[in-house]
Amino acid sequence: MTIVTAAGGVLAGREPQRGNGEPAWLTDARLAALGWVGEHGFPTSRDEDWKYTALDPILAVPFEAATKVSDHRVSATEIDGAAVDLGGPRLVFVNGHFAPALSRLTGLPEGAEVTNLASVLAAGPERLEPFFAHAPGERNAFAAFNDVLTEDGAFVHLAPGVVVSEPIQFVFFSDTAGFELISSPRSVILAEAGSSATIVETYAGVDGEVYCTNAVTEVVLGDGAQVDHYKVQAEPVTAFHLALLDVRQGRDSRFSSRSVMLGASVARHEVRVLFQGEDAHVSLDGVYLPQGQQLHDNAIFIDHAAPNCTSHQLYKGVLDGRGHGVFTGHIMVRRGADGTDANQNNKNLILSDRAEVDTRPRLEIYTDDVKCTHGAAVGQLDEEALLYLRARGIPLEAARGLLIYAFVHQMVDRIELEPLRAQLEALVATRFAEGDHPVEP
Amino acid sequence: MLKIEGLHASIEGKEILRGVNLELNAGEVHAIMGPNGSGKSTLASVLIGRDGYDVSGSVTYQGQDLLALAPEERAAAGVFLAFQHPVEIPGVGNMYFMRTALNSLRRERGQDELDPMDFLALAQERMKLVEMDPSFMNRAVNEGFSGGEKKRNEILQMAILEPKLAILDETDSGLDIDALRVVANGVNALRGEGRSMLVITHHQRLLDYIVPDRVHVMAAGQIVRSGNKDLAVELEEHGYADSGREALAGVTR
Repeated sequence: MTIVTAAGGVLAGREPQRGNGEPAWLTDARLAALGWVGEHGFPTSRDEDWKYTALDPILAVPFEAATKVSDHRVSATEIDGAAVDLGGPRLVFVNGHFAPALSRLTGLPEGAEVTNLASVLAAGPERLEPFFAHAPGERNAFAAFNDVLTEDGAFVHLAPGVVVSEPIQFVFFSDTAGFELISSPRSVILAEAGSSATIVETYAGVDGEVYCTNAVTEVVLGDGAQVDHYKVQAEPVTAFHLALLDVRQGRDSRFSSRSVMLGASVARHEVRVLFQGEDAHVSLDGVYLPQGQQLHDNAIFIDHAAPNCTSHQLYKGVLDGRGHGVFTGHIMVRRGADGTDANQNNKNLILSDRAEVDTRPRLEIYTDDVKCTHGAAVGQLDEEALLYLRARGIPLEAARGLLIYAFVHQMVDRIELEPLRAQLEALVATRFAEGDHPVEP
Repeated sequence: MLKIEGLHASIEGKEILRGVNLELNAGEVHAIMGPNGSGKSTLASVLIGRDGYDVSGSVTYQGQDLLALAPEERAAAGVFLAFQHPVEIPGVGNMYFMRTALNSLRRERGQDELDPMDFLALAQERMKLVEMDPSFMNRAVNEGFSGGEKKRNEILQMAILEPKLAILDETDSGLDIDALRVVANGVNALRGEGRSMLVITHHQRLLDYIVPDRVHVMAAGQIVRSGNKDLAVELEEHGYADSGREALAGVTR
């Protein structure tokens, strides 16, 4: 598959053009991103960051860019089924475009703006320029394609000191009516100094449809800001999911993200964190549960560019069937980032002979005064524990389910939002209660 | 209740049980003693269905072929093993584990399952038997338990699951005298009502507390001597040396 064909398929009449009503800087950013893809192409197995994630299945589909659909086929019930309603502000997107009838934007304190990106582009686009100028797209072809194609996404702006106590929910739902569509939501969360909020992103869609979500979420935390982020990736196994979470943290800020990866045929969740100010903290957790022929790739890059920052990562994978998991944890400690405390842990449970996991810690340290630890483990179910449970009368499949659940339980338990925790607990329990999953030939 | 005839077991080509014969009637408590490596724990493992052994001979339990059953089916039929080394299971709550186990057995036996409140009441009552602090129910199964706490937790499970045949594998190992007394009291409280027990131990001292109806001596994979409780005392005084010679003679014969 060549770049030209893939790009041509995706673009199909959607090439960025000057004079289309968009601000010039945005068109320029889109053209620059497209130029970057033309020059660098899509990643291949020769790219270290994509070594284990074959993109052929995605590049082989002649995706078309999703456009805004006026006649929504999606009901509120469908959305509730995909993402439990957390009761607070809720932005729903269908195929990457805002669906106001399904959304709720009430109950926000003064100084908290929650809207969709297209509205901001229409009203005061210059506010977005710094984000496109930052261009996370320059780092990989998919993020660049998001630059080229995005029209909408979530937008959250918290003025200094504003505290939003209710979780702000983004639901990205795909219903492509049988068309092979790529949707490109771009979300921006700007938390100014001392503000705080909780963001919950859910990605889901209609079973059996072949589509691609190519999402970019940017989070900027001012000094002392706090953002707790959750992401549930529950796309159907026929879909593809590529996402970049790009985080920039100011002094004394705190960011946490917990990711639960359940769905999609090929899914990649990339997280990039840049410490711009001292004494900031990030905590990243993730669970990935590929089975059947799913591939779940977690790529983490933490850039300790400022002193006295701490980062914690804990990722756990359960690999079943021909499931394939990839974890890359890259920690960069730059010269002068003294007092860095970084730790990383990746644990994997392999349930089948044909499952695979590739785990790669990567530490780059350019200063002396640091504390960095990392660990990776790959194991199977504890036979002794299995026998113990069975000897007490718990049937084999239930005993396996209990042990697998116990392995990921720690992660689910860290979710502090009650209805979300309960939903994920049920999802995870159901996934393993059925025992052996048939492997497709 | 339990009849073991000509039981052989080997693992990776190494024969460990070399023709064990044993009969245990309902309500009886038998002790199996013997030196390390004599096959006592292997016998326990084979009786609860641990994988990895090549087994021949027969084990009849309440008229059923025990060896044909999966471990969970043996449990449902009333067989219980107090493990020598109870495994730690991080992430699984002790309370949840025991309720799941009891309800699995009840379901298998066509009984109604207990809801969490009813189970809690039952557990609290049975915990008194082993003088266990209720906080242990809120911890993960055996995780961070001391040796004595693990053994108490085993006897608690026995008290909750109410087996018909309980096998206690070296339940006294690693216990100080106070813990030994507590565990033995728990076991004694569960004696009777037609419940049979097979008490496997290396030391006679446990049998001061749990007084057996019969004592068997195991050596080199066979039961080489059987007698009443006085046999245990004799072994304590003279050691297993004679028994070992008899067994070796048996093997070479």
